[in-house]
Amino acid sequence: MGRLGSTPSQTVGPYLSIGLPWEDGPFVVPEGTEGAVWIRGQVFDGEGAPVPDAMIETWQADPAGRFDHPDDPRGRGGSGFRGFGRCPTDERGEYGILTLLPGIVPSADGGDQARHIDVSVFARGMLSRVVTRIYFEGQDNSGDAVLASVPEERRTTLVAAKAENGYRFDVRLQGEGETVFFAV
Amino acid sequence: MATPTGLRLPRYRQDPEGTHPPMDFAGYRSTKLRHPAQPLVLLPQMLTEVTGPLLGPGRLGEHDNDLTRQHSGEPQGQRIIVTGRLLDGDGRPIRDSLVEIWQANAGGRYRHTGDRWPSPLDPNFDGLGRALTDGDGRYEFTTIKPGAYPWKNHDNAWRPAHIHFSVFGAAFTQRLVTQMYFPDDPLFGQDPIFNSIPDEKARRRMISRFDLERTEEQWALAFQFDIVVRGREQSVFEDEEDED
Ligand SMILES: [Fe+3]
Repeated sequence: MGRLGSTPSQTVGPYLSIGLPWEDGPFVVPEGTEGAVWIRGQVFDGEGAPVPDAMIETWQADPAGRFDHPDDPRGRGGSGFRGFGRCPTDERGEYGILTLLPGIVPSADGGDQARHIDVSVFARGMLSRVVTRIYFEGQDNSGDAVLASVPEERRTTLVAAKAENGYRFDVRLQGEGETVFFAV
Repeated sequence: MATPTGLRLPRYRQDPEGTHPPMDFAGYRSTKLRHPAQPLVLLPQMLTEVTGPLLGPGRLGEHDNDLTRQHSGEPQGQRIIVTGRLLDGDGRPIRDSLVEIWQANAGGRYRHTGDRWPSPLDPNFDGLGRALTDGDGRYEFTTIKPGAYPWKNHDNAWRPAHIHFSVFGAAFTQRLVTQMYFPDDPLFGQDPIFNSIPDEKARRRMISRFDLERTEEQWALAFQFDIVVRGREQSVFEDEEDED
């Protein structure tokens, strides 16, 4: 097969809220689902100002650590769990995603990964998305190879703190306390 | 790719240097405070990265892919049909996949409280569309050709006419948001967003092609725009199991 060059990334621009939000976007699980937690946070720019025209997307395993996807080699988890959340930020740069804690997912080397959620951040002024991961305070994060690969003093930027009804995960795009972003 | 636990995962190739824009691009002023200053950390592709949301059926309403029929009246402007395929870098179609678009109206005005430039809103145009790719990865929209619009990035700055596109692909690694442009736009030369792509060939992949065959006589012009997301590295896995 001949190879095709990829289409380049472009910014979502200032008007992403026309096209991208869905009414049920923030609800990976419906309100009232047992065990559901809110992950809430704010997105900040390099001067610490909130970013009101950003969007957070989340992708995660179900509570059993499975993905309802044909490329999960353990077989397609049939739980019907959407695994996906999407929320634009409001004028205070705030977003919120209602979900269940992901289960433990095996890593490529046979070990376990700590409970985590993959995150994409889009915004005006960002020509491509940036990718980060949410880990959770109070979970055993010690054996996680990805977290271990991050300079120790920056690891806390990836760990959501316990908060009312769930967790808090702020995203700092630049500068002091800059969130760790990944190349995938 | 076999691992000690027997997990075999596809691997998605990196795109060649210059395919995507840098995060920090002086010409586009808003990148200044919004780009990571620290180097990115390499995230090995594991289960979470090689899977992704499979969204589609159930997310579409009746006229979601016809932006000219979402109101009782017809919008102003040049009616166009936009078609294309969603493919991976090996030419494989990505099926049953959600394609989302948003755009300005014929006068270059967005239906958004933040858009205040003095060009009128069109009561019959929202500028939002959704479609699902078919078994060949094809999508199709009927819409209005968007107008160019001014912005405040630099002196007398104008965005070339464009439609914003968002696609998921089949894996988290393939998620892409881009913009489709129109052939021979005289505004390309002064647009930092278009020109943020270092590789000229890659940049030109964002320009749609006029598609005479798909025009509809006495009705609509047509443009063709294929969207390509990262391909997979060949592996034993695919030789064995790629039967479809
Ligand atoms: Fe735009």
